[in-house]
Amino acid sequence: MDMKRQKLIRLTLSYAVILVMTIIIVYPLLWVVGSSFNPGQSLSGSKMIPDNATLAHYKKLFDTSQSDYLTWYWNSLKVSTLTMIFSVILVSLTAYSFSRYRFVGRQNGLMTFLILQMIPNFAALIAIFILALLTGLVDTHLGLILVYVGGAIPMNTWLMKGYLDTIPKELDESAKIDGAGHLRIFFQIVLPLAKPIIAVVALFTFIGPFGDFILASVLLRSKEKYTLAVGLYDLVAKQFGSEFTTFAAGSVLIAVPIAILFLSFQKYFVSGLTAGGTKG
Amino acid sequence: METPMYQSNHRKVALGLSIIPGFGQLYNRQYVKGISFFILAASFLIVFKDLLNMGWWGLFTLGEVVGRDHSIFLLVEGILAVIVSVFGLGFYAFNLRDAYKNGQKRDLGLKISSLREQYRALVDNGFPYLMISPGFLLLVFVVIFPLIFVVLLAFTNYDLYHSPPAKLVDWVGFQNFIDLVKLDLWRKTFINVLAWTIVWTFGATTLQIALGIFLAIIVNQKDLKGKAIIRTIFILPWAVPAFVTILVFSGMFNESFGVINKTILASLGIGPIEWMTDPFWTKVALILIQTWLGFPFVFAMTTGVLQAIPNELYEAATVDGASSWQKFTKITLPLVLYATAPILITQYTFNFNNFTIIYLFNGGGPAVSGQNAGATDILISWIYRLTMTSAQYSKAAAITLLLSLVVVSVALWQFRRTKSFKEEDMM
Repeated sequence: MDMKRQKLIRLTLSYAVILVMTIIIVYPLLWVVGSSFNPGQSLSGSKMIPDNATLAHYKKLFDTSQSDYLTWYWNSLKVSTLTMIFSVILVSLTAYSFSRYRFVGRQNGLMTFLILQMIPNFAALIAIFILALLTGLVDTHLGLILVYVGGAIPMNTWLMKGYLDTIPKELDESAKIDGAGHLRIFFQIVLPLAKPIIAVVALFTFIGPFGDFILASVLLRSKEKYTLAVGLYDLVAKQFGSEFTTFAAGSVLIAVPIAILFLSFQKYFVSGLTAGGTKG
Repeated sequence: METPMYQSNHRKVALGLSIIPGFGQLYNRQYVKGISFFILAASFLIVFKDLLNMGWWGLFTLGEVVGRDHSIFLLVEGILAVIVSVFGLGFYAFNLRDAYKNGQKRDLGLKISSLREQYRALVDNGFPYLMISPGFLLLVFVVIFPLIFVVLLAFTNYDLYHSPPAKLVDWVGFQNFIDLVKLDLWRKTFINVLAWTIVWTFGATTLQIALGIFLAIIVNQKDLKGKAIIRTIFILPWAVPAFVTILVFSGMFNESFGVINKTILASLGIGPIEWMTDPFWTKVALILIQTWLGFPFVFAMTTGVLQAIPNELYEAATVDGASSWQKFTKITLPLVLYATAPILITQYTFNFNNFTIIYLFNGGGPAVSGQNAGATDILISWIYRLTMTSAQYSKAAAITLLLSLVVVSVALWQFRRTKSFKEEDMM
């Protein structure tokens, strides 16, 4: 009997903790969703369950004459996708060389990557800003993409190299004996086996720029070049609260697709991070 | 060197002749190689002559005549000159080594490889370099170049009052670092910002780790129902982009209109709290929000580890009469901490540089009199403020240098401890 009671108490307490946490987690999220359907613009009048719900804010966001939201969305998608593509290409090439070849300078190269991946690339914020000014890359997406791709290389190279090291070398050696060239081994033998880690790197390099605020806010000047993070901040920062409900609608439209993408690939994130054992 | 095997002195002659690139190879009768080496070296000198000349001069002087010389352009050219010089010296060393090696082969009476063999060797040995070079070049210009630039900038007086083209920038040695310690305004700000950065890093990170591990263990109990749905809910704060949630929270914490003061605290009978204007409460709010944002990551990691712990361990412990608490402290906790330690440490370095939350929540504010950073500015957001609003570039660079030293030493210490470093053939 005593055992049973103990178990009952334990489970009840556990469920209580879980319930409290669920409320804490879900409340802010539901609150934004609620706000986005509120009539009026201000933060002060918004209620979680609005009296006369309206889609007006969503309509406003989709109206290009009234808001730049769609442009920002497009910019974010563009920058993130291009960053992802270039990063995956460069990272695969680099990681493959480090994993499979023994060449002069390899150890120094790996050490350099190891140290660089520890310094966040916005540490050189001032330099990036000044250099962009000098090269005319301020307020261009090209400049932003270059910085993102360059910053993504060290960490993701380590991640992918770690995975490639686990693919048996006998495979490419036997292909070599059969007369396959360097490129052929890379494209037809190693890359197909490396698909899981390529997916992880692609996810990281897509989500990273999408959520980045600091570099985008340093480099982008004009409103029509903004990415979502900078644009949304701009929307609420000017006069806080005055356009809050529009901001809420904008947030919902970003959060929902990203959260779905994230939840469906979540286990890759975790496995990618633990396999590479590097950083979050 | 006194080995009797050598029948001649070709290696030394070839090495000596190679002081002019290519000549040693010509001496070794590798004509095509020799000529291409010579052409490469000559064109390198012709193409980069001006850059090297200007760059090295500019790097040392940072310009001498106001109006004609732009110090920052000169600094950039100087770094470029250094990078080009490094590549050039690398090639030069390769040329010397190649001449010596082939001369040695001749001395030993070995045959020197033919043009065809040289070509094959070039393709085989050159392939990894070819693969790495695009990524490496981008890295040099986008990451390494700016880092060198920041390091150098920290030793200049580049700010609003020494701004080209109207003024020249000068080398000032360690003056910026001395100012940070000696000038009252800077010292006070630096100490306050550093103190809060440390409190913030340890407070927020430790809380999110503790909460994440605690919840993972609760949810992992065998007889608990609905694990899948609970786990999905607990991951949600990680899934929603952080910049969205932080902006939402800054609306919720708004002092006059926010739902926290107006609805939640009011219903509990607590008067409005100054979340945005009182430094203490802003800090509390920031730590709470970061805990909310950060625990799901630790939760997911820990859940992964917990599921991998074999059940036999617990069964054996039960047979030996261990209590639940003993099982927890002797089996669960050590295993979880051991497996996640490297990733947990990166959480600390992440928060140390967590600019997004500080800036988006309250812009580093509220303002504090007598210092040039807000009350909740951490080092990285202070650097941002100095760069973007007051153009204190050199001071910002000096602080960046200090910050990077901290991050790199923590990270190096961590990597020396992780086992992957000791793995054979890892490096």
